[in-house]
Amino acid sequence: MRFGKWRLRAAQLALSPTWLTVIVVYLGTMAWTVALSFTNSRLLPSWDWAGFAQYQRLFDTSKWNLALQNLVIFGVLYVFGCLVLGFLLAAALDRRVRFESAFRTLFLYPYAMSFVVTGLIWQWLMNPTLGIQPTFQGMGWENFRFDWVTNRTMAIYAVVLAGIWQGSGLVMVLALAGMRGIDAEQWRAARIDGIPVWRVYLSIILPQLGPAMAAAATLLSMGVIKTYDLVIALTKGGPGSSTEVPAKFIMDNMFQRQNLGLATAAAVVLLLSVVLVVAPFRYAAYITAKRRAGQL
Amino acid sequence: MSPIQSGPAPRKITIGRIGLYLFLISMVAFFALPLFVMLITSLKTDEEIRLARIFALPASLNFSAWATAWSGACAGTICNGVQAGFWNSIQITVPAVAISVMLGALNGYALSFWQPKGGKILFALLMAGALVPYQIFLYPMVRALASVSLYNSLPGIVLVHVLFGLPLVTLLFRNYFITLPVELFKAARIDGAGFWRIFFEIMLPMSVPMVVVAAMLQFTGIWNDFLLGLVFAGPDNLPMTVQLNNIVNTTTGSRAYNVDMAATMLTALVPLSIYFLSGRWFVRGIAAGAVKG
Repeated sequence: MRFGKWRLRAAQLALSPTWLTVIVVYLGTMAWTVALSFTNSRLLPSWDWAGFAQYQRLFDTSKWNLALQNLVIFGVLYVFGCLVLGFLLAAALDRRVRFESAFRTLFLYPYAMSFVVTGLIWQWLMNPTLGIQPTFQGMGWENFRFDWVTNRTMAIYAVVLAGIWQGSGLVMVLALAGMRGIDAEQWRAARIDGIPVWRVYLSIILPQLGPAMAAAATLLSMGVIKTYDLVIALTKGGPGSSTEVPAKFIMDNMFQRQNLGLATAAAVVLLLSVVLVVAPFRYAAYITAKRRAGQL
Repeated sequence: MSPIQSGPAPRKITIGRIGLYLFLISMVAFFALPLFVMLITSLKTDEEIRLARIFALPASLNFSAWATAWSGACAGTICNGVQAGFWNSIQITVPAVAISVMLGALNGYALSFWQPKGGKILFALLMAGALVPYQIFLYPMVRALASVSLYNSLPGIVLVHVLFGLPLVTLLFRNYFITLPVELFKAARIDGAGFWRIFFEIMLPMSVPMVVVAAMLQFTGIWNDFLLGLVFAGPDNLPMTVQLNNIVNTTTGSRAYNVDMAATMLTALVPLSIYFLSGRWFVRGIAAGAVKG
């Protein structure tokens, strides 16, 4: 048995860099950040205990509340928009269309590009003096408006639009893979019963895509909380602070405004919101797995 | 328009069929027009751009904006184009991908076949770590890297990408290795092969398809990164995405939109070529990465 033990030691050795990463980089820095959020650190970390003062200050900061509000607007519309559009695209491609792979390639390519590139592209399209708006106005639609990036009330929807353009291809791929795995018998049965195609997709196919759509929703939600580069490239958080998001608020306070305590408190709040978003998904997956195991 | 030959395809053109194609064509416009506009804008002259006809084709093919974007565009007061960023991104991405894929393969192999003590906990922690927003790690990481003189250096940014890439590559390889027959592993052990020999002589050669998928996914991911490059790379090693943003969103001087568009295209070119050349592999990668084990 000595040999076996030695071999297991080799496995532990191979995993040691990962253990180190998890303990030092993930857990260690997280503890450090949480600790800093309870101090009144400004430019440099100080260890003066400040209790929940930074958290109180955070929620008294209108910019932060605006950032949270934007996160919710963006998050809901972006995730929902990507899921709906992605599902529609997948359903359309599932209908035996010509040039399917060309369509698929075209709908997914934005996902391969960075958020910076996506942001800059849409910034150009929505440029109020040279973009789509003056083009259409020049064609005679005098009242045509597409200046979202410079319009306080519309700017956050500009971020949503660019996000949906980038992300719905991902949902399409996952949903299409799920649809192709569905038994053709169900289609035959539905046809015999005379159920219209759209109804089949909505009531029969969609419920079976649960795991694929949940995976897509989790991925997209993680992207929402991390949203930083898209906003930086598209609007720089403006006009004013109408597209301020938590990730940007944290970065600004951490590296430019020398509000380390406030920034770390905000980061902790962001982490808690991740837990809030992910926990239901994970719980649902856990319940499903359990139920499946029970049935076997 | 004739229907497709295979399967129970519709035989005649119906209203539903027309609606379907109308939807698809409008979606083609939605997805393709932005890239098309970028391309034609990058070929236009300043005068043509000022006409504000964003969908009009350029009068002639003029690649001078591309040349300027590559080697002459200004970010602040520095006018070297995106070329330095391109080479920085290569220098960052290539080693980071190589190291993280190697570690991911090793992790996946050790976790799935050897099942060492604590392996499940490690994997769970790793997956949880992938969900944590980077902002939690940033400040302590900056301080830690600075204390070992790796902050603002090329090895530093490579290391950061490897550390934060570990969850995804480990997940990909673990999910791949648990589908391989365990008999293969048992036979090798009976033949007396040890941990490393089984890995290098049997498992790694067998996982070449996964290596390709993981490498592609990591390559595009690291190439497209902005935040980590901005924080950890340092002024001399800024990746292409950060430089691009500095050039386009620079506040000094008048904006040359054709140069901006050319610079943006240049930055998108590497991940786009990977995507268009690899097609199905790329899709397989995101599908594998999306489905958590």
